[in-house]
Amino acid sequence: MPKDPNIKKVLVLGSGPIVIGQAAEFDYAGTQACRALKEEGVEVVLVNSNPATIMTDKDIADHVYIEPLNVDSVTQIIQMERPDSVLPTLGGQTGLNLAMALHENGTLEKYGVRLLGTSPQSIHKAEDRQGFKDCMESIGQPCVTSDVVESVDDAVAFAEKISYPVIVRPAYTLGGTGGGIAYDEPSLREIADRGIHLSRVGQVLIERCIAGWKEIEFEVMRDSAGNVIQICSMENLDPVGVHTGDSIVVAPTQTLANREYQMLRSAALDIITALGIEGGCNCQFALNPDSYEYAVIEVNPRVSRSSALASKATGYPIAKVAAKIALGYTLDEIPNAVTGKTTACFEPTLDYCVLKIPRLPFDKFTTASRTLGTQMKATGEVMAIANSFEGALMKAIRSLELNVRALRLPKLDEYYTDEIEDLLVNVDDERLFVVAEAIRRGVSPRKINSITRMDIWFLNRFKNIIDMEQALIMCKGEPDADALRRAKEMCFADSYIGWLCGMEQKDVKALRERYGIVPSFKMVDTCAAEFDAETPYYYSSYDGENEADTGDSGRKKVLVLGSGPIRIGQGIEFDYCSVHSVWALKRLGYETIIVNNNPETVSTDFDVADKLYFEPLTAEDVQNIVEQEKPWGAVVQFGGQTAIKLAKALTDMGVPILGTSSDGVDAAEDRERFDEILNQCHIPRAKGQTVFTTEEALKAANEIGYPVLVRPSYVLGGQGMEIAYNDRNITDFMRIINLTVQEHPILVDKYLMGREVEVDGVFDGEDLLIPGIMEHVERAGVHSGDSISVYPSIHVEDKHKKTIERYTYDLAKALGVVGLINIQFIIYDDQVYVIEVNPRSSRTIPYISKVTGVPIIDLATKVMLGQKLRDLGYGTGIYREADYFAVKMPVFSFEKLADVDTGLGPEMKSTGEVLGIAESFPQALLKAFKGANMRAPKKGGRIILTVKDEDKGESIGIARGFADLGVEILATEGTCRTLEKAGVPCTQVARVSERHPNIMDMIASGTIDLVINTPTRGRKQNTDGFRIRRAAVEHSVGCVTAIDTARALLTARQQGRSRDLQALDITKI
Amino acid sequence: MKATLILANGAVFRGDAIGAMGDRVCEMVFNTSMTGYQEILTDPSYAGQGVVMSYPLMGNYGVNGEDNESQRPWAEALVVRHLSPVGSNFRCEGSLGDYLRQHDIVGIQGVDTRALTKLLRSQGTMNGMITCAEHFHIREVLDKLAAYRVSGTVERVTRGEKEVFPALGEQRLRVALMDYGVKQNMIECLRKRGCEVTVYPAHTPAAEILSGGFDGVMLSNGPGDPADNVDIIREVRALYQSDLPLFAVCLGHQLLALATGAKTHKMTFGHRGGNHPVKDLAAGRCFITSQNHGYVVDAGSVDPAVAQVSHINVNDNTVEGLKYKRKNCFTVQFHPEASPGPEDTEYLFDRFIASMGGEKNA
Repeated sequence: MPKDPNIKKVLVLGSGPIVIGQAAEFDYAGTQACRALKEEGVEVVLVNSNPATIMTDKDIADHVYIEPLNVDSVTQIIQMERPDSVLPTLGGQTGLNLAMALHENGTLEKYGVRLLGTSPQSIHKAEDRQGFKDCMESIGQPCVTSDVVESVDDAVAFAEKISYPVIVRPAYTLGGTGGGIAYDEPSLREIADRGIHLSRVGQVLIERCIAGWKEIEFEVMRDSAGNVIQICSMENLDPVGVHTGDSIVVAPTQTLANREYQMLRSAALDIITALGIEGGCNCQFALNPDSYEYAVIEVNPRVSRSSALASKATGYPIAKVAAKIALGYTLDEIPNAVTGKTTACFEPTLDYCVLKIPRLPFDKFTTASRTLGTQMKATGEVMAIANSFEGALMKAIRSLELNVRALRLPKLDEYYTDEIEDLLVNVDDERLFVVAEAIRRGVSPRKINSITRMDIWFLNRFKNIIDMEQALIMCKGEPDADALRRAKEMCFADSYIGWLCGMEQKDVKALRERYGIVPSFKMVDTCAAEFDAETPYYYSSYDGENEADTGDSGRKKVLVLGSGPIRIGQGIEFDYCSVHSVWALKRLGYETIIVNNNPETVSTDFDVADKLYFEPLTAEDVQNIVEQEKPWGAVVQFGGQTAIKLAKALTDMGVPILGTSSDGVDAAEDRERFDEILNQCHIPRAKGQTVFTTEEALKAANEIGYPVLVRPSYVLGGQGMEIAYNDRNITDFMRIINLTVQEHPILVDKYLMGREVEVDGVFDGEDLLIPGIMEHVERAGVHSGDSISVYPSIHVEDKHKKTIERYTYDLAKALGVVGLINIQFIIYDDQVYVIEVNPRSSRTIPYISKVTGVPIIDLATKVMLGQKLRDLGYGTGIYREADYFAVKMPVFSFEKLADVDTGLGPEMKSTGEVLGIAESFPQALLKAFKGANMRAPKKGGRIILTVKDEDKGESIGIARGFADLGVEILATEGTCRTLEKAGVPCTQVARVSERHPNIMDMIASGTIDLVINTPTRGRKQNTDGFRIRRAAVEHSVGCVTAIDTARALLTARQQGRSRDLQALDITKI
Repeated sequence: MKATLILANGAVFRGDAIGAMGDRVCEMVFNTSMTGYQEILTDPSYAGQGVVMSYPLMGNYGVNGEDNESQRPWAEALVVRHLSPVGSNFRCEGSLGDYLRQHDIVGIQGVDTRALTKLLRSQGTMNGMITCAEHFHIREVLDKLAAYRVSGTVERVTRGEKEVFPALGEQRLRVALMDYGVKQNMIECLRKRGCEVTVYPAHTPAAEILSGGFDGVMLSNGPGDPADNVDIIREVRALYQSDLPLFAVCLGHQLLALATGAKTHKMTFGHRGGNHPVKDLAAGRCFITSQNHGYVVDAGSVDPAVAQVSHINVNDNTVEGLKYKRKNCFTVQFHPEASPGPEDTEYLFDRFIASMGGEKNA
């Protein structure tokens, strides 16, 4: 069936802000789908609240709305744009739920909008727990047996029926609180009793325990003609029990014989057929490792994180094909872009091994529980491709950027073997390394399997790596050619081989080159070389034949380094920058080569750059590519810290860095050099000193005067940064900072609690363009990434703007910036101070590009190549301010991360952001709060205030404001006293440690709309404040932890009018 | 121990010996399946051939007693990138390496199988030799390779005696299955549909089959050039001229085409794998199929008065199935019995059962 001619204008729903569980993969999917739709001549209307995405670019869709993803705002957009159809399956669960809500409330029908692809009935069948179970039963597909019970006796009776062990899951508790595995009746009685009491509705789910079974996934597709294909099979190294997003995953499956493989493949095809899905679908199975028994765990009737991985693992563009299927095409009518000859109706076959490792945020959240379970915690992931499992694993570990270069965690060296064995029971992010260490200590794979249930095959592969390490250690000096070749075939880094053999990295390289052991590059072609393909998608191996295209395109080659896995502090915005730079370079006639290892991103789509190398972003791995491609220049300023830290290595390889030199980067990061530059430019900065010991820190703090900011130098996203108000704080922070060995000094700076302002600028060596000045709502002290940011600035006086422009110009000039510069300022006591300078792209680039209409990356790229701003049409100096306001608001994922303090401070904690854009500041603020799903209490609502002493004064105005709106104010003793004294009506609530009902009970009761709690500084976990904030998160009660945020919420409530919110097409800017 | 693979075009691949030691000359073909190496090795259609597995990790799940497609492996040699020294699977009874040794199959690992696959794809299937000898004269080897031809393979792989397999469950039909190199799962697909299956040696005269009181005849898959089987083709023609329901797969499909006047030709590198899309032209549907063939029926040689093309390969439009004008007779090039590979076309056995007057799905 060809394309349905009635489809002319399609609404595409995005997935909103990046949160744990819903990340960049949907930008990739959405972008690919939009391009596929436009390719078919369809007019695309896009809605996504996330400004950091590529999909929200005017190059991608015809009409772009960066608006809250809720029924009201999307209804308004439908009224304005009158699309004939909506594509619901590319925006994750958010997009799917929204589309279903619009269908169910009749909006779609009212405006004659049809749902493309999968029908609402099918979506409902897949999403509804009972409906799905019934459907599976009707086609003979086994689900995990379970039942909801309300009494202990019923629980026992059901457990007898399905046999022990059973899992007890209390209904409506976060992260399965109070549940557990019962192995026999007495333990079930205990757990079920507790669970029934903890559950808000007095119910627990009793489920057959399949922990330890293999977790297998299949990505499948179906078209309207009923053709069904499988795209990719995946096997989790971590057995059932760990969320697939937190599992190490290998593709294709490794330990399934054909019979089990086909059994599950057929099951997946039967499921997608029975559900009637038209598009992509992900099926997760649990497979008993000792029999053919299996169970369907979950089905996602849409593109997903796994489908992004499957796309990158196979080269099959799932989102693109899903979009074309939605338009009416059948699989055999869609060409296979990889071969150009065959069609999309085939099953990719791999001739390599793919491994994904999740990137978990425990390096940032050091106090968080590292335990992995059914609640996903990873913020991102890396993928590696090699022709062996060992090689893929070694590459993936290097790609994580966790200072680990092999299957070895140095801290485990200190444990005794029996302690290592004890650690094996912990299911956490370090288990991979614990398992490896156990093997290194001689614990047998069989024994490890009995504890971890990881398949012996994987354990044997780990052992292979450990054996290789041993062989290299035994070489004592130069390894022979055979050992070296085997080590390189397992993708051991030269530096690691050197460490094992006691050689310098460069000597290892020289030695293997003498032996002729050099990398070659293989192509990812979807068909295992059965057909001729020209996909410029490569991975390295140490096999003979090199397939990388060495032909001269006649164009200069530019290497663009990507930003690796998504983590807190380095998110999707850097992929936006990398991709835009690639596009700019292509438009300018350069041949572009991208290196990245993140399967969720647009940059790793093989048709973005001229060539894609899916490789770790380490100096050695990049050098291999440099030697292959011999680029004319390299671009590092768009790939975040990951790329920028390779600047020096690239320079040493003789690759010219386009734009700011690596020396300029160093000058901005080196405290002494930077101070020197500030002095030269006569730019004031907060007084500060560098220290190493606690004594020095105390001395410095007292000299500078409290409060002071304490932080390690050379860190990302304010990691480990704290504000100290007294000697006790200093002693406390220094102890924590020094828990890890500090190679660089610790900085103690005067803390200026002023207004924080941020600019991104483009500098060409002579002229500067500042697209916009952004002002932070929260005062200095809250990390810029966690602050609400507004453009244009509201409170910055013209004279300060002039100063900011001059400082930016002077710093850019002094640092030798060519391209982008990001500077954070503080305006304190009528003076402008510089806090931080980054001579690279920043997280605000996508947002400020979109709201100002200045194509910043395009300009920066041109400038790096020698063009001058004054010729580029956007002028110089500060760009004219827009006549509307744009508020960028951070979004957090605290409910996914137990034991993380939600209080904001100098260390970044947000995972994503939304934008609110409107004609006035309060309206933009209101929109952004809506987008972030933060609801301000209305008349009749209730707020609890409990603030630290420094904030008590300011809390009065906020409390009064809410009280005037008819909101009931509750407060703990101290705050209450302050408010009452000021004449604000207020009810006192008992503190955490006091009588019941206390503040915790109130939060749990569901009658509170907002908690305003400003944390006392420090890192203690057991303070009342910490428990209050966590309780708010766990009971889905809004919680604001900075007094300025609370004021912003009040402003939005007082001055914002929901009814008057107007959606804005940013392409019209 | 080191081993070397020498191809007829003079290309040399070095690696490590696996399996049995010794020299082996065979026709080298590649297979893109990611699972099912044991089924592939024991598929009689590979007689005379050496198999290059394009997926690099082999032997992961070992070998077992259940996944044999015949009494013994028929492939001559196996070429892999990495061989797992031990397998891991609940059915695993031994390692693939030991299995190769026990059955005298030579092999080589450590070869750039992707480069080898590309070579076979672009230059076509060609003869090759695996040797463990350190020194060899390339000229002599090339002469040997030039002289080698896969022939007489059906005679080698077929049964010596007829064999009866009872139906699983209630017996409803009796089927004669001509063994040109039959895969066990073809027999099982019939048995589980209530057929008692009598498997006949390849050269059994048609008269014997026709007088056996069967409800239908099935022609199996098998190795080699179909046109070599002159005597068999004559008997197939006799079977065709009867009115017994007839279903044929792979070599059987080619033999019936030849018996009815069509032609076959050798493909450059054939179809071997588990991901080939085939379109059922009547239904307008595509199916992913398991394939293993180096020869194909010429579409242009099919007499429209005799048969019409019912299935085509979506990748290269080659003939994948024929529907004969004669009643109850259809044949396919791919393998509905799968094993290894997708089971999406097993419904064709139901169609055969229906053509014999049985009901779908026992």
